[in-house]
Amino acid sequence: MGIIKTAKLIYEYVQHDEENKVAEVNRAVDAVDIDIETGEFVAVLGHNGSGKSTLAKHMNALLLPTEGTIWVGEDDTKNEGALWKIRQTAGMVFQNPDNQIVASIVEEDVGFGPENMGVETRKIWERVDESLKAVGMTAYRTFSPNRLSGGQKQRVAIAGVMAMRPKCIVLDEPTAMLDPNGRKEVIRTVRELNEKENITVILITHYMEEAISADRIIVMDDGKVVMEGKPKEVFSQVDRLKEYRLDVPQMTELAFELRKEGLTLPEDILTIEEMVEALCRLR
Amino acid sequence: MRSITLGQYYPVESPIHKLDPRVKLAVTLLYVFSLFFAKGPVGYLIAAFFLALYICVSNVPFSFIVRGLKPIIFLLIFSVIFNVLLTPGEVLARFWIFRITKEGLSLAFYMGIRLIFLIIGSSMMTYTTTPNQLTDGLEKSLGFLRKVHFPIHEISMMMSIALRFIPILVEETDKIMKAQMARGADFEEGNLIQRAKNLIPLLVPLFISAFRRATDLAMAMEARCYHGGEGRTKMKPLHYERRDFVAYGAAACYLGLIIVARVLL
Repeated sequence: MGIIKTAKLIYEYVQHDEENKVAEVNRAVDAVDIDIETGEFVAVLGHNGSGKSTLAKHMNALLLPTEGTIWVGEDDTKNEGALWKIRQTAGMVFQNPDNQIVASIVEEDVGFGPENMGVETRKIWERVDESLKAVGMTAYRTFSPNRLSGGQKQRVAIAGVMAMRPKCIVLDEPTAMLDPNGRKEVIRTVRELNEKENITVILITHYMEEAISADRIIVMDDGKVVMEGKPKEVFSQVDRLKEYRLDVPQMTELAFELRKEGLTLPEDILTIEEMVEALCRLR
Repeated sequence: MRSITLGQYYPVESPIHKLDPRVKLAVTLLYVFSLFFAKGPVGYLIAAFFLALYICVSNVPFSFIVRGLKPIIFLLIFSVIFNVLLTPGEVLARFWIFRITKEGLSLAFYMGIRLIFLIIGSSMMTYTTTPNQLTDGLEKSLGFLRKVHFPIHEISMMMSIALRFIPILVEETDKIMKAQMARGADFEEGNLIQRAKNLIPLLVPLFISAFRRATDLAMAMEARCYHGGEGRTKMKPLHYERRDFVAYGAAACYLGLIIVARVLL
């Protein structure tokens, strides 16, 4: 069994009217079955309102399923006694870098998680040092978060999660509010954590470029998992992706258009290098 | 608005920065009281000397401190002028309905100095203490209140979060203001009531965004296992060291001097 597993996971947002009767039921996550292995880098793609963020919040027990089950580590998130263990196992990074930094000094913020967990003071410092180093922010440890760029703030937030020594990090659109440089910075950091520290990464995003380097892609639409597979498998189905109102990486799109014009290019081109190679091989 | 230095933390290395926040809280409180207690030029000289020493040791540049006085300059001038004009006593000069008296001048002078010392003295604490340390210090020194079920941890947590979000909300206000001004809103004209009304399109979005930030932050804190003060350890726990006792000693000496000056002079 993997680190995160769901079985027929359903979540409904229920709106009540004034008389407290159910006015509207909105099924955000609809019978999702996923199984994420330890050490995997999984990207979850989906258009706005596809339920990907709602799914992410289940992985940290911030939301509990209406029906179905989700296991994080070995624990069912419905088991209240395991709540803090679950949140330690699966750390979560949110979209807005400002709204998740608690302290006014970088290192104090990184120490916030371990403090809550009741880690001994000396060990907190060890963890803070390690985590700051892992995201390459050691030089900024005494800075105020307000003086950092968006990408740097997001890396601090990642360090804050890393300091809790999670097995798995769930990132809920961590780059949506960043400029292209910050975006690259964050994705590079996450990639490194995945490779060097063997942290399982679940990256929720709607930037296709960020999903290219994932081990596996899960595409969601209307609360359901509609596609699943290796990046090359998923992105080669350009028509289907467009149906779900998703873009494809630039090069895949270019290859798709060129193929329509009659060039014989492979379907699984994702990067510029692959494109160059394929074009050179044409003759 | 961003040029306000009052109440900010100034990150440099200094013995004062390293002091236990409880010491700084106590010393600041003591200093504020002493200013009301001090009397005559000698008393104020002692207060000035102590403050100068404090500033020197703290390594905070003097220009930075002076800039911190900017927001209260209006209040300062206001109170000085009132004191000069409205104190009865030996008349030195008069024009129209106002009289300038000897007592008024001296009162205004002391009042001005007292206000300046008061502001500098209390802002020295925030310059040399991070908001987190400050709230930690408050939490620990008021920890006994927990016994009567007073939520001291929660309050100090709220304070530190509020301090953390001040610059963010200031920036946001700036942004909203510019956005509204770009669409023809006017924040500078009209009488007081009109101006207050004009602030509504500024305050409503600001409040909405503040609430949204609060929800986000609450969720992020929960995701990082925050569950109140129980079972929480500290990354930077407070414990007194030698320098803290030295500081307490210095403060006691200062207080002694002030009292002596008052009694003898």
